This record gives sequence, structure tokens and C-alpha cells, in this order.
Amino acid sequence: MQTNADASLAMRPAALGHAGMGGDLSPFFHRALRAALVVLALAASLVLSLAARADTLDDTLALFAENKYPQTDKAVAQLAVEAPPQAAAILDALDNNRLFFNPDTHAVIYKTADGKLIEAKSGQPFAGSEDDLSKVRINNAIRVAIDTALGSLTLASPDPEKRLSAASDVFKTHSPKALHAIETQLAREKDPRVAAMLNLARAAITVTTDNPSTSDKIAAIDILKARGDQDALNLIDQLSQKTTDPQVKAEAASALSSIRTQLAIWNVVQNLWYGLSASSVLLLAAIGLAITFGVMGVINMAHGEMVMLGAYTTYVVQLMLPPWLQNWSLAFAIPLAFVVAAAVGIAIERLIIRYLYTRPLETLLATWGVSLILQQAVRSIFGPNNRQVTNPPFMSGSVDFAGLAITTNRLWIIVLAILVFIGLQLVLRATPFGLRMRAVTQNRRMAAAMGISTAQIDMLAFGLGSGVAGIAGVALSQIDNVSPNLGQGYIIDSFMVVVFGGVGNLWGTALGALMIGVANKILEPLIGAVQGQIVLLVIIILFIQKRPRGMFALKGRAVEA
Amino acid sequence: MSPQLDRIGLIFVVLLAAAAVFVPVLSLATSPDSAFNIPSYLVQLFGKYLCYAILAVALDLVWGYCGILSLGHGAFFALGGYAMGMYLMRQIGARGVYANPILPDFMVFLNWKALPVAWWGFNWFPYAMLMVLLVPGLLALAFGWFAFRSRVTGVYLSIITQAMTFALYKEFFRNDFGFGGNNGLTDFKDLLGFSLQSSATKAALFSASAIALIIAYWVSRLIIGSKYGKALMAVRDAESRMRFLGYRVENYKLFAFVVSAVMAGVAGALYVPQVGIINPSEFAPANSIEAAIWVAVGGRATLVGAAIGAIAVNFAKTYFTGAFPNYWLYGLGGLFVLVTLFLPRGLLGLLLRPPRERAAPQVEETPAVVVEKGVDP
Repeated sequence: MQTNADASLAMRPAALGHAGMGGDLSPFFHRALRAALVVLALAASLVLSLAARADTLDDTLALFAENKYPQTDKAVAQLAVEAPPQAAAILDALDNNRLFFNPDTHAVIYKTADGKLIEAKSGQPFAGSEDDLSKVRINNAIRVAIDTALGSLTLASPDPEKRLSAASDVFKTHSPKALHAIETQLAREKDPRVAAMLNLARAAITVTTDNPSTSDKIAAIDILKARGDQDALNLIDQLSQKTTDPQVKAEAASALSSIRTQLAIWNVVQNLWYGLSASSVLLLAAIGLAITFGVMGVINMAHGEMVMLGAYTTYVVQLMLPPWLQNWSLAFAIPLAFVVAAAVGIAIERLIIRYLYTRPLETLLATWGVSLILQQAVRSIFGPNNRQVTNPPFMSGSVDFAGLAITTNRLWIIVLAILVFIGLQLVLRATPFGLRMRAVTQNRRMAAAMGISTAQIDMLAFGLGSGVAGIAGVALSQIDNVSPNLGQGYIIDSFMVVVFGGVGNLWGTALGALMIGVANKILEPLIGAVQGQIVLLVIIILFIQKRPRGMFALKGRAVEA
Repeated sequence: MSPQLDRIGLIFVVLLAAAAVFVPVLSLATSPDSAFNIPSYLVQLFGKYLCYAILAVALDLVWGYCGILSLGHGAFFALGGYAMGMYLMRQIGARGVYANPILPDFMVFLNWKALPVAWWGFNWFPYAMLMVLLVPGLLALAFGWFAFRSRVTGVYLSIITQAMTFALYKEFFRNDFGFGGNNGLTDFKDLLGFSLQSSATKAALFSASAIALIIAYWVSRLIIGSKYGKALMAVRDAESRMRFLGYRVENYKLFAFVVSAVMAGVAGALYVPQVGIINPSEFAPANSIEAAIWVAVGGRATLVGAAIGAIAVNFAKTYFTGAFPNYWLYGLGGLFVLVTLFLPRGLLGLLLRPPRERAAPQVEETPAVVVEKGVDP
């Protein structure tokens, strides 16, 4: 407090001089001034620390009242350091030519954006008229100073989130002007996250300015190396090109290579994650197809439409549910989509496919016809446009995981795919129906001879496969457009998964989906998305040449190759 | 092939030959007001149907007689079409929007400096026509060689042919691939110096399509009638048995597949100047599947039936998409379902008396053959 008072002592004469006392101050005036200052200092010490802030604010505001560029600049800087509650409003007003002072009383008044006059010191509304006030002039240099000051003001903000984002802004801009604010804040920062960010920002400034010593720079490089992202890489790269200091250069080079390795590893992890996410979608879409294809040896070309029906079921459920249940819409949509798609699937099996069992190629054509009819039916009912399905709150947004932005809807779809997979395995392994279904898959005639009603198993298996496709539709509605063509986009990929993985074994489907999904995402950055898909298709076509029945082929006498 | 079917085939060929002669005459020599005049848009439309009919005959050769349901024949059709399109593109010359004498407009637009190697020689008609035959033929040869050698059959084969056309579909969509990307090739001006807009050229293309269809039918008929054709049908009905008897099954299949692909390419080449555009959507898997339904509607393993099916279905398509656009897909979908369920031998099957000796479609349903198809008996 004492220092501030001293500073204001030094400042006062100039302020008064500007206020109209003329250039040569008389000795009398000097004396009077000193007396006044003594009074002021006494008053200040009387109110003690309670008034401390207001008092320093007073001094700062007085600088504005002088209406000279250097003083205004200084005042801006001081406001940033002192950070009184109304500082941001004052700086904002100054930036927009809304800061005034009273030439007589030296009171500083600012006008808010909606035109209210407020006394800068007290924050109370100002009673007087704007006509009695003069405007504080600014120039571009001051505007820059205001920006920096506003930045460091948020650095001192009581909200740690704001401090964090301000610090990360400084890290990105690494403006040397913010160095002082950063260091001040760093000294008193309690939140470890913010402190780490401040450290980073300081390091960024250190490596981009020329002055700091070798040891400072090396320390800064270490901090940046720990950060290890693209920004850090660029900063160190700049430094290593600029610096002449061999020690710094060596340190920078080793940091660069370490960051590059780190980035490359993260890149792979990220691609794996995207691949996993794509695989889960593929698995959901393909696993139902694998069941029907495995049991019956027919390919259901309308499988994609089962997915589409599931997505539309989700849409309808969302439409029907009262608002207070909206967040739970998926809990209704998943079983309902299963039931709807399974019902349609069973209808297709009963009405069409069972008459075509001896003619698998024609099943292909008939089910393609069904898919056209279903698409057109949905188009007639819901219109050709995309329907909006909103994500429930727990599925929107993303989680930041060590620099990897993981969208929660993708995460839940992976969870759903795993659950569906486990569920299907349980049905196949632990229920009498599953046992019979596997028997029919392995040897239809023998199963029939053992008393299994193959027709019934066919129907149920088709229902199960279609129902699972319906569940896939619920998942896809969360990440894709719900349109009548939804299923078409997934059908060929699903075939590839089934053909690649082999039939009669869900592990094959899972592995197939995983390999295709991950390979797709690994190829994507290398040769582009479309090229990647094409290469994959060609690889699968070639793979089928080698293993015509997929990776996990059923073996046995019943399987005639 | 039964004598009855051959008779129908003969009638069909005679009708086609008559159409090849009289349609141009009626279109060009009569006055537009005359009741006998055929407007040139109709000539063009039916010319298009004839191209589809050639594709259907080609597909019938492999599906009906060899049991290979190719869901990728649209790819061969489109490749032939692209080869023709490239010739037509080069013929535009300096008349394009950018008036570049060598580079087609889309290349100028993409700021390309030189003609890609794949486009070399396409300004020369015989070379372009050679490519119409070679490109689909070689693709079929390579694809079939891999597929048949490793005994990919039945549904699996259908699926990978579909994957093949899907891969090409995606590839041709890319601008960098150098074939016009999304927009494909269009804005054609003339063929061999004859303007594509003139009714005379349209009539000539119609006749050419009719003649090509006759040739396609004749070639297929010749193959089916030969000793090789008998073996081909035997492969269809009992592949393993043929293999055990010492036949090189894959060679039989491969030959039919390549011939069929070349025919499809020719169909595509005739199709492009008549519709005036070729773009990647021709590779869409849906197109190939639609071709299969033409064959199924007309009647598999009849050749003539396939051609009639293609013309009938496409005529219906033109009518219904105009009159009831919202119901066409129901109609097409219903056609797929009803024909496979109730008309396994197609429209021609209704006409034909059931053959005395058990003919192909029935034979397929005996258990021994079902094993061949890879389905559990």
C-alpha cells in the first residue's frame, strides 16, 4: 500500500499540471500540493487495508483523467495487474471509446454498452450528464495494450476454468507482453492444472523471445517436451532454427525427436480408436447377417433395411415419448427396434425366403426386391428427407482422454456392440434355441433327423438376425442421417465382414469387423478414405480367393465347398 | 435349347432385323405429321432398351447357362461405355467450353497440363473400339481367373462381383482417377463425324444396337449349341461331377464369363452415344442387380427371354416412373419377389410347354445340385 501511495505521489503533479495549472508551477502551489498529498496519505493509512484496493484504483483512474497516451497506457497495465472487479468493464469501455472523465473533479466514468453511465471507482450509477465529461482518447498501441490486459485479467479471474483458458490462449499466442501477468499469477496459483498451463505458457514465451538465458530456455524446452503436442513441436522447431546457442540447439533437437515419436504413437492410438469405433458399427450391422447367412446359407439383401427400420423406430419413439422421458428414449427404442425389425424379418422369412431355400441365388434377388419395397414404404410414410434423432445427454459431447477427444456416442456404440456380441454368444451357447440353431448351421439334415424343427429354427434365426440389425439401426441413428437409404450404405460393408469372417462363428464376424474397421482407418490417412475402401475391397476379394469360406470356415462333411 | 425356344429365337431375330431396317426408314423418310412416323426420341429410347437387352443376353449366358449370378455385370457395361465416352470426349476437341484441342473440359477445369496415358489413342476410333472389347474382357479374365480357380461359387461369387462393381463405382467417383469424377463424361458432339443430335445418327445407332443384339444372340446361341455349351450346362448342374470326370471346370466358366463381359462392354459402348452421358452411377450395384431381374422376368437360360425381359421391364420402368413415380419402386420390388416366387422360369416359361426331358431349371432343384450350390442339403 505504501508503494502505491509513493507512486501516486510521483504522479500527482503531472496530473494536476494537465488539469490546467500551466507549465511552471509556482513554489506556492508545490507546497499546497505537498500538503494535500500528506493529507491524502494520512487518509489512506487511516482507512487501512479495507480501502487499499479502492485507493490504488483511485490512483490508476487518475491516470486516465490525464488523458495522455503514455499515462493511459500505464493505467491500462496497472488495471491489469491490480484487477479490481470493474477492470474488465473499464477496459472494455476504453476500447470502445466509452470511457470519460470529468475535467473538473477528475472522476472517471464509463458508459456501458447499453448506454448507462457508471462511476468507475464505486461502480455506482453516475448522476451527471455526459455533456460535462470528456472522452479518454486512445490509439492503436493502447488498443493492443487493452487486449493484453484483458487477457491477463482473465488470468487472474477467480474462476479456474477461465484462468485455464486464458493461460492456454497465452500459450497459443505466446505474446511476450503477457509474461509479467503469467508470472504474477503463477506465483499465487493454487490449482495444479492452471499452474501447469501457466508454466507451459511461460515456456512458450521463453522459447520465442531472445532474451532468456540458456538454462531458462532449456528448462522451457523440457516443459514443452512434456506437453508433446503439435503446438509444442512447432514452438521448439522455431527455436531450434533461430537459436545460435549449441547447447539449446542440441536440447531442442532431442526434444523434437522425442515429441515426434510421441506424436506418431498418439497418431496410431488415435487411428486405432477410430478403427475400433468403425468396427463396432460394422459389427452391429454385420452380426445379424452372419446369423442368417450362417444358419440358412442365404444372403438377405434387405438386411440393410432392417437397420433402417431400427433407426426409424428410434425416431418414432423419440417423437412419441413425453418430454420428461426423452432422456430415456433409447431404453424404449432398443427393445422396440429389435421387435419391429424381428417381426418384419420373420414376415419376410415366412412369406418369401422359405419357398426359396433350394435356390439361394434367387433369394438374393427376392430379398433385394423386398429392400426396394421397404425403402419406398418408409419414403412414403416419413418422406425422403433425413429425420433428426437427437442424442440423449449422456451420449452427446466428448471426453478428453490424454489429448484424444473421444466422442461419447461412439464410446456407447462400442459398448453396445460388445453387449450385443456377448448377448448373442449367450443365446447361441447357453440356450436350447442356440443349441438347435448351431446344429442346423452345422448340418441341417442331421439336425432335422434328430428331431429339430428346422423350419422353426430358420424362422427364429431370421427373426433374431433381423432384430439385431434393428438394434444396429438404433446405434446408427445416433451417428448417421436417418433416411430411407440408411441401410444401403452399410449393406456391402456388412457382406464383406461376413464373407471375410466366415459363417457359423460369431468370433469370425467380430474379428472380421475389427480388422476391416481398423484397416480402413489406418489406410485412410495414408491414401485417402475412398482409396482406402477400394484397396480394402480388393484385398477382401483376393482373400476370398485364398479362403473362399472366410477366416473361420465351418468344417465337416455337411459343408460342401 | 429346345426347338420351340429356337423358333421363338428365330422370330425374335427376324423382328429385330426388320426393326433395324424399318425403324430408321419410318423415322427419317416419313413426314413428322404422318401416322407412321416414329419420333427420334422414341428411336433413341428403344435403342437404349436394345442395349439393355444385349446386357441381359450377356448375363443370361453366365447365369442361365453357367449358374454364375454375376451382380457386377453393370461394371463391364459401364467400362465399355467409358471407353466409348472417352472417344466421344476426344472428338469434342476445341469445341469444348475451354476450347482446348487436346484436353477434355474437366481436365482443363482440374488444371491438368497433359493428357493422362490412359487417354492416349482414344481419338482414334478403332483403338477406342478395341478398348471397348479389351477392358471389360481383361477385367473379367483377371477376376474370373482368381475366382473360378479358387472355386468361389454361389452366393459368395455374387457378393464379390458386387464388391467389384462397388469398388469401381467408388474409384470412378474420384476426380483424380481421371475419368471426369462425379460428373462423368458428357457434352458429346459427334461420332465418326456424324452429329449425335441428328435423327439420322440416332436411327443409325438404333440399327447398330439391333444388329449388335442379333450378333450377341447368335454368338451365345452358337456357344450353347456347341459341345462346349453342353459341358458348360453340365458344369452348372453338377460342377463337382464334371471336375471328377476330368473337365477343367474353371476354364469353361472363365470363357463364358469373358465372352459375356465383352458383350456387356459392347452394349455399354452403344448405350453411351444414345443417352449422351456416362457417369459413375452406371457402376452402382443396384444397376447390376436390376439387370438380373430382367433376365429372371424374361426367363433364365432362354437368351431370347432375357432380351425380351430387359425390353419389357425397362419399358414398364419408363412408363411407371413417368406416370406413378412414387409407386415404381414398389412395382420393381414386387417384380423381384413375385417373379422369383411364382415365375422361376420367367415369362417365356409360361409360353413354353414343359420340355419332355427335364430341363435346366428343374434339374437344379434335385438334391445333388443343391449340394453343388454350397447349401446344406
